[in-house]
Amino acid sequence: MLAKRIIPCLDVKEGRVVKGVNFVGLKDAGDPVEIAEIYDKMKADELVFLDITASHEKRKIMIEVVRKTAEKCFMPLTVGGGISTIEDIRILLNSGADKVSINTPAVKDPGFIKKAASIFGSQCIVVAIDAKMRSAGLWNIFIDGGRTPVDKNAVLWAKEVESLGAGEILLTSMDADGTTDGYDIALTKAVSTAVRIPVIASGGAGNSEDIYRVFSEGLADAALAASIFHYRKLSVCEVKEYLRKKGVPVRM
Amino acid sequence: MKKIAILDYGMGNLRSVQKAFEHMGAYALLSSDKIEIESSDALVVPGVGSFDDCVINLKKDGLDKSLVEFIISGRPFFGICLGYQVLFEESEEGTQKGLGIFKGKVARFKNQEKIPHMGWNTLSLTDNGMKCPVFKGIKSGDFFYFVHSYYVVPGDAESAASWTEYGGCFASSVSVNNIFACQFHPEKSQAKGLSIIKNFIDMVER
Repeated sequence: MLAKRIIPCLDVKEGRVVKGVNFVGLKDAGDPVEIAEIYDKMKADELVFLDITASHEKRKIMIEVVRKTAEKCFMPLTVGGGISTIEDIRILLNSGADKVSINTPAVKDPGFIKKAASIFGSQCIVVAIDAKMRSAGLWNIFIDGGRTPVDKNAVLWAKEVESLGAGEILLTSMDADGTTDGYDIALTKAVSTAVRIPVIASGGAGNSEDIYRVFSEGLADAALAASIFHYRKLSVCEVKEYLRKKGVPVRM
Repeated sequence: MKKIAILDYGMGNLRSVQKAFEHMGAYALLSSDKIEIESSDALVVPGVGSFDDCVINLKKDGLDKSLVEFIISGRPFFGICLGYQVLFEESEEGTQKGLGIFKGKVARFKNQEKIPHMGWNTLSLTDNGMKCPVFKGIKSGDFFYFVHSYYVVPGDAESAASWTEYGGCFASSVSVNNIFACQFHPEKSQAKGLSIIKNFIDMVER
């Protein structure tokens, strides 16, 4: 049976993990490669690196991080942030990323998704959607790292990216993100039932119950979390043990 | 040390496959050179992308012939993902003929599950699979990483080494004589995946 996936996410700026990760025995709290190795050993199901480097020139550092990670970690790796051309995708995949996550460039030019999927295959094209509630049951999307609102309905946009060839959706609730009060269940369910591609829920995880609910009620295929894992509030294993006891299929 | 060639035919990230083989102690090189392939002790054919692109790329430089000749020679062969699917006769994904090493076809998931089938799923080993040296130490219920929208329907069900359930059962690997091929990605399946690669290397070294 297909397991629900638990995916830690690392924000990386100029090759360094932002807001260092608090693991016992970690030599360098800011080294993404070392942290990735630890998550690999913990049996995280996948990893996401989100490059938040502002300057275009310094983005090359990320390629080196991906290359070093792929030498040591034999698990799926998704890289997002700052990807705007076919060449950007090619370099990251050749460096060892398995999937790339695209947000703003996909909204500005939906044809980019189609082109990328036709060249590299849908399986490696993840479209990231940042959504914010406008009224009950209605969410709009934002681009530019949540700074710019776009007059697009999140659920309709999800269906559109599916038809353009996206293989997966990384759905972040801007309302829930950073709160640790739980995922936006209604948003996740609305998107997950509207499309036939996998949906990764993101934003708001505070404890194992939140992750349980986003699977059981939100119908997510995977759950992404950052701070609860980084600050050792919970380990990947503890979350999986909780889910297993509640009857959610997970890989132990 | 024996030489393992990883067929480089322009399909997807072959580097991660090479890294996994190297990590497990093999001498593994990426190659699109027929002479190099011919002189290797084992051949690995990975592949990510579409079926037609895969066949077209293989045929472009006659690598399809090298692949078939290698298999006929009886040396160990390892196909992964598209490198598994292409061994069959045809695919619903495209119009190109497969290599036809095995009877059977590649079909698209038509169940109600999400597509691609993406993530960690379990194997149920068949009697054939339990005898397969590549599966040494692997048991039914172990998880491996999958990402695909099409699945293999082998003409000879007895060739299946494992079945996997995704809205129905499909052959997630086959094992016949010197050929082992699987739909999942051992190079992305952490310790269990690496142990399959190690088993294959051990088989080559013997």
